[in-house]
Amino acid sequence: MLLEAPPQSDLLGRLSGAFPAGSIQPQEGYDQPTWIVDRAVLPALARELHDNPATRFDLLLDICGVDYPDREQRFEAVYHLYSVARAERLRLKVLVSESDPVIPSLVPVYQGANWFEREAFDMFGMRFEGHPHLRRILTHEAFVGHPLRKDYDPARRWILSEDQIYKPVLQTRLPETGGEDMFERMRINLGPSHPAMHGTFRLIADLDGETIVASDLEIGYLHRCFEKMAETHSYQQVIPYTDRLNYCSSFINNVAYCRTVESMLGVEVPPKAVWARTILSEFSRIMDHCVCNGTTLVDAGALTNFWYAFTVREEIYGLLEACSGARLTVAYGRIGGLANELPPDFMQRCRKLLEIIPPFITDIEKLVLKNRIWMERSIGVAAISGEEALNWGWTGPCLRASGVAYDVRRAHPYDLYDTVEWEVPVLTGGDVYDRLAIRQLEIWESLKIIRQLLDRGMPEGGYIVDDPHVALPSKEACYNQMESMIYHFKLIMDGIKVPAGERYLMTEGANGELGFYIVSDGSAKPYRVKVRPPCFAIFQAFTRLITGGSISDSIVSLGGLNVIAGECDR
Amino acid sequence: MSTIAIPKEIKPRKMSLAERLCLPLLTGLGVTFKHLLRNLFNPKSRYTIQYPEERRDYSHRFRGHHILTTRPDGSVRCVACFLCATNCPAECIHIEAGESSDVNVEKYPVVYEIDMLRCVFCGYCVDACPEDAIIMSNNYDMAYFNREQSIAGKADLVKPFTFDEDRLGYRPQFPEEDRMRGEMRTAAFDLVSAAKKAGAVAAAPKPN
Repeated sequence: MLLEAPPQSDLLGRLSGAFPAGSIQPQEGYDQPTWIVDRAVLPALARELHDNPATRFDLLLDICGVDYPDREQRFEAVYHLYSVARAERLRLKVLVSESDPVIPSLVPVYQGANWFEREAFDMFGMRFEGHPHLRRILTHEAFVGHPLRKDYDPARRWILSEDQIYKPVLQTRLPETGGEDMFERMRINLGPSHPAMHGTFRLIADLDGETIVASDLEIGYLHRCFEKMAETHSYQQVIPYTDRLNYCSSFINNVAYCRTVESMLGVEVPPKAVWARTILSEFSRIMDHCVCNGTTLVDAGALTNFWYAFTVREEIYGLLEACSGARLTVAYGRIGGLANELPPDFMQRCRKLLEIIPPFITDIEKLVLKNRIWMERSIGVAAISGEEALNWGWTGPCLRASGVAYDVRRAHPYDLYDTVEWEVPVLTGGDVYDRLAIRQLEIWESLKIIRQLLDRGMPEGGYIVDDPHVALPSKEACYNQMESMIYHFKLIMDGIKVPAGERYLMTEGANGELGFYIVSDGSAKPYRVKVRPPCFAIFQAFTRLITGGSISDSIVSLGGLNVIAGECDR
Repeated sequence: MSTIAIPKEIKPRKMSLAERLCLPLLTGLGVTFKHLLRNLFNPKSRYTIQYPEERRDYSHRFRGHHILTTRPDGSVRCVACFLCATNCPAECIHIEAGESSDVNVEKYPVVYEIDMLRCVFCGYCVDACPEDAIIMSNNYDMAYFNREQSIAGKADLVKPFTFDEDRLGYRPQFPEEDRMRGEMRTAAFDLVSAAKKAGAVAAAPKPN
């Protein structure tokens, strides 16, 4: 699965603007074109990359900090850009020192930079000049220090007292109460423990009558600093942690993480594992879409669909449990393959699922898609155009509902996705209705993929790579052969040694592009693991979506975004 | 490579005349009634389980409460090598080693504790064990009145009831048994599908 070295990119030549000599330094030996950029030219360069038709980097995927305490320029801000039209990737790095960690903000060019910059500020203390409202995002107000700095003690904890809780500063000014105005403005607080907030999010909205005039979001209630924990554990031990990112489709997270490490190691995954990964990923996707659509409809009062959708999930859980031993947090992926041999009745189980699932999906569609009550409730609600969605950093089904046919499985095929026939469904409405409808369409595509792979038959061979430096030897070998026993001990005590370097690898998660950016220093623990969480980028546009709409519309539109707290807050 | 269009406009779906007249609502009602009648007259189609009277049938890979296995003489097989504690991502295993009187064993765990509230039931301890000393059971009934109770010591982990063959869980070292069970299940599936194909309605096929 080793990626080929990228072709020598002529990106720099395509820039039309003049940049001072030395302000952009292309680097060699990376998995994608990488430039070290002087912070003074960053906004102009981003504007140029975004607007120039020869580059058109319209999607800012991720902003990530890396801390190198020994360097003079201690912090590295890493920007991952993507051009949807040209299917090109670019990584920008800006180096800043600890005494002057100031970087110009990219929010004027990419609105999606907003939360990512706040996250980098929160985790590393880098300051983004020109950011509209730079404050902590994942940790709380009483937090001292920046947790992802290397000198921060992972065991250090801070207590938030009630008087320190975030008081929102909204752009609107509340008028004085009283007087003859019947519809005086009102500030309401939804969440963090509100059933309609799908997890633990807090929405603060200023209402004029029933219309939202301004709103603010508060996240981070489920923050556990996954990235810091990953830095203190070995590569294999991170896998159960990834389960808890998007817990509705935990297997996809396993695959996304394992693929990244495998490509750094240069390990070739056996065909059987690749085959099973593709099938189980698609089943996980179906499950995730069912959960999302079912709960969205519950928010709108359509409870019946919920039972049908969750029945599908229940059946798929049965398959995952037979494979891995757990229903929700499967931890079934391993670096180099899978954790276990597939159950002997794997084929029969999958075939049975293919019989069980379609009637339920059809029933949901019959109930909802042509139902006037739901259509009136959702068509045109919280609509966003494809261009704007991209600017906010959207990916996945939500972006495809706005008319942009970007799917990692098609644009950058991995596993077996380029060997099967399937379509990327696209809708044009960009509203709540289309976000629900597109998930229904994707379920059918996933079923199509699974059916073709099952017809192909299970490939022969092992379920994990036969390399004692990566995968544990079988128990039989471990009990009976001295050599295997030594490998077994070495692998657990020392861990997998990943060659020094860095890699960003993307996988199509159930709600968008799930990227893992891993920096290795050659030791058994990752130096830095950054997750590119799809719903984090999607959720930051929520205030934009609901402003101007009614408060009940905000409830309906939240479900359709499929925001998962475990992934958003990490 | 096909280029991907990026629309600047949104085109919401239009309602057809039938949809305006709410005709598809009748189809929806039909769906609901179909499910209602099926669940009313065919209790087997219900997905709800009346826990705790009824229990879900889990596979024999289920990752439940841990078991420390014992030798025929009743002593724990664990040799306190610390591999499980090292491999545990949740850092929930605490072992204190002592010297064993048996020269062939060398070490044994004086204290072996698993903090069940920290444990994430990932099965990494079972994967790590080189002695077959820790396996998992099918038992998922874990409830405690306080945090102290949640720390399972050696005595809790060697409880005899867990050795009921049917209640064993995650043990990657038993491929033979897994295969056997799998074949039985496959046969069961085949019976069902064969019965469906033959159109046999009256009675379940009797084993001869």
